[in-house]
Amino acid sequence: MRTQIINGRLIDPKNGVDGTLDLFIADGRIAAIGTPPPGFVAERTIDAAGGIVCPGLVDLSTRLSGIETELAAAVAGGVTSLACPPDTNPPLDEPGLVDRLVRRSAALGLARVYPIGALTQQLGGERLAEMHSLARAGCIGFSQAKKPVQDRLVLLRAMQYAATFGYAIRLQPQDYQLAADGVAHDGEVASRLGLAGIPVCAETVAVSSSLELARATGVRLHLARLSSAAGIALVRAAQASGDKVSCDVSIHHLHLTEADIGFFDSSARFDPPLRASSDREALRAAVADGVAAISSDHTPVDEDGKQLPFAEADPGATGLELLLPLTLRWANETATPLPTALARITSDPAAILGISAGALAVGDAADICIFDPEARWQVSADALFSRGKNTPFLNQELAGRVRTTLVGGRVVFGA
Amino acid sequence: MLPAELPDAEAQCAELAEMIRPHLAPDSALIGIHSGGVWIARRLRELLGLQEEIGLIDVSFYRDDFSEKGLHPQVRPTSIPFSVEGRPLILVDDVLFTGRTTRAAINELFDYGRPARVDLAVLADRGERELPIEPQFCAWQIDLDDDEELILESADDGHLHWRVARDA
Amino acid sequence: MRNPQLNDAGELTHLLSTDGLPREVITQILDTASSFLEISTRDVKKVPLLRGKSVFNLFFENSTRTRTTFEIAAKRLSADVINLDVSRSSTAKGETLLDTIDNLVAMHADMFVVRHASSGAPYLIAEHLQRVGRDDVHVVNAGDGRHAHPTQGLLDMFTIRHYKQDFSQLTVAIVGDILHSRVARSDLHALAALGTGEVRAVGPQTLLPSALDKMGVRVCHDLATGLRDADVIIMLRLQNERMNGALLPSAREYFHCYGLTPAMLALAKPDAIVMHPGPMNRGVEIDSEVADGPQAVILPQVTFGIAVRMAVMSILAGN
Repeated sequence: MRTQIINGRLIDPKNGVDGTLDLFIADGRIAAIGTPPPGFVAERTIDAAGGIVCPGLVDLSTRLSGIETELAAAVAGGVTSLACPPDTNPPLDEPGLVDRLVRRSAALGLARVYPIGALTQQLGGERLAEMHSLARAGCIGFSQAKKPVQDRLVLLRAMQYAATFGYAIRLQPQDYQLAADGVAHDGEVASRLGLAGIPVCAETVAVSSSLELARATGVRLHLARLSSAAGIALVRAAQASGDKVSCDVSIHHLHLTEADIGFFDSSARFDPPLRASSDREALRAAVADGVAAISSDHTPVDEDGKQLPFAEADPGATGLELLLPLTLRWANETATPLPTALARITSDPAAILGISAGALAVGDAADICIFDPEARWQVSADALFSRGKNTPFLNQELAGRVRTTLVGGRVVFGA
Repeated sequence: MLPAELPDAEAQCAELAEMIRPHLAPDSALIGIHSGGVWIARRLRELLGLQEEIGLIDVSFYRDDFSEKGLHPQVRPTSIPFSVEGRPLILVDDVLFTGRTTRAAINELFDYGRPARVDLAVLADRGERELPIEPQFCAWQIDLDDDEELILESADDGHLHWRVARDA
Repeated sequence: MRNPQLNDAGELTHLLSTDGLPREVITQILDTASSFLEISTRDVKKVPLLRGKSVFNLFFENSTRTRTTFEIAAKRLSADVINLDVSRSSTAKGETLLDTIDNLVAMHADMFVVRHASSGAPYLIAEHLQRVGRDDVHVVNAGDGRHAHPTQGLLDMFTIRHYKQDFSQLTVAIVGDILHSRVARSDLHALAALGTGEVRAVGPQTLLPSALDKMGVRVCHDLATGLRDADVIIMLRLQNERMNGALLPSAREYFHCYGLTPAMLALAKPDAIVMHPGPMNRGVEIDSEVADGPQAVILPQVTFGIAVRMAVMSILAGN
């Protein structure tokens, strides 16, 4: 199938492309940009006039509660590649499970799924998982998801073992003892509402120790979902001194603060917690500077999981279909150039995951998102493809809607 | 219909006192219903030369329209500084209309004990009763339209006077 | 942001917290409570205000004491009171909180008095009632987690007003475990709403929540500093499980540093009053000599508590 996408504004942040350029696709890959290759006859023409043509989005963390619905939600949100954390049920600590996930998702032909394997068996934090076998089955890195490794010696050994094979490790930096029973940022709102607090030092202690262990082992470390100004400052300093460390910020933490909890709104319960507005400003600055990428932290939670007192409710929110509009909103509010903003959800996460995605050079896979940056839509249960309908942005109007998503040159969403 | 000029409430109080006087027992006590009835009861106590303090009653907790109207925003404490048991009482109010306030006041009185008898003294009776209640002492019979409200007011110097309000 | 305890007209439909309660509403509750105070002295301690209404005491966390005060208040208003020990029945069978509420609404409940271990649980109930269109059913928070115990906060305000009148001239010291205290939070918000001159929080750093200064509170770690020239002293109960561990080394050391003794009380104004939400730990947070002394108003607080709860229930039922 030969396809041409014409009249759109092509933005490819990785390759510094930004202009009204036509895109020519053959055999699932980019065949040419600007002018068609000799003898190219399009079987299909997509008119992208008024829209933006960019690499399909790459998401650092998507929980697949139902693989069909969530992958449909991914492409509806323009996401063509996503990493799935290992805290599935059962956890991804067996090559067979990983293999099945890879096959099932490939068979659907929607977004590409990149599993993150469990670092330890059952995510128990005690015995190492079979990282080599898991990697052969398709895992592109290893993590504990939200589970702690209580024994630092085990964490050191896990990093040494991963470094042996050159595998990347992802940690969500939150000291489990300091966070203990906490459910909200240890600040003004938690004090007012009588919610048990999670202090910022729960993050900084974990960031510091993870960085030290990574330095000692040489492992490639990604710190997932930073929440505080102090935490991000530590990563910034480590990057400046040459450490191989990357990090991301969830789309929710880029916009929301502890104040959004209001009167115990459980849709604003996140892990790590939403913090103070000064923290949010530091996270925004870090994303603008490229210190951090953006993740959707997509976590579908059903009604039963949220219709509970705040402390008992499940943390997390639906994010796949809000990743693009909320990134655009952040760019708009901070006057960040569009190519920079798109880099944080395409080429940057692709580099962190070490996958070939998030760019549109000739020869690259034709994973493409075409969106209308001005189109406004209302976030509602009906408008979302995901099984997860819970989001603090429910009933808000957002700008930026995906028109068409292509994976490997095939239209998988829109027309 | 309303007279061109409203009568003098102070003169009516004096008139009411004279009606009550022949019926007073040695242990009679006055109980005024908030707020107009309390003013009148105070006046009557002076005019009749009674030793006993008057009782004050706020019927807010006994009203039958609570479900529709809710609690009055300014409830004042009921205060009856004497035993009502076996005593002749004179309940005092400014305007008698449907009789519902009087019903509520009698109910409340009985939560304090069993009086020997209860008489009702009012400055004005505008008729239109919805309950079998009649005043024993009344200074002024008056017909009013439904949209008119007769209000007793107390000036800064304590002088009592009538005012008529109309619903907009 | 919608305050879920007020209706569109700004009237109180639920009492969930003293946080965000307008001063006029607090004043109305206290004024109404004054009228109810008198009823408790009559032969017939009962008014027919809530006749025919059903008040459900929903205690997901045990507290005979608090439940009894609500029960007395509701009965003095002539309501029918149904006590449900939910901590044992429905939740043990896996029924969710909101399922329980739906069931009781179907039994024609008019008011829920809710005690729950989780901060914010009464908000969840109030919002659920609104969602299902039952604005006529009212919720009174009888203590949720560390969050709020608004009737206790209001009865504390009633007590202070009874003895001291003008809040703007007062210095109020709250001493003890403020971090875990729903009473302290309810007091802090109510004191702020009533324009209290100075509010001090006294305790070790382990028992004080962060960002107290942003609530307009002066933090004192030293008891003597906290009590000096205070008009009102509110002592908080120290829970047994917090006495020995990472929060405090021992009850003995706590009493030594933060216990209210006659000598410490002498630092406050001579006419200072001493309050305590009960039950007291004599010899832990308060010396018996102070607890039984002339400045203690701990028993009047209990009496006022009934009147305040009657006022809250009758105002809610009418709105």
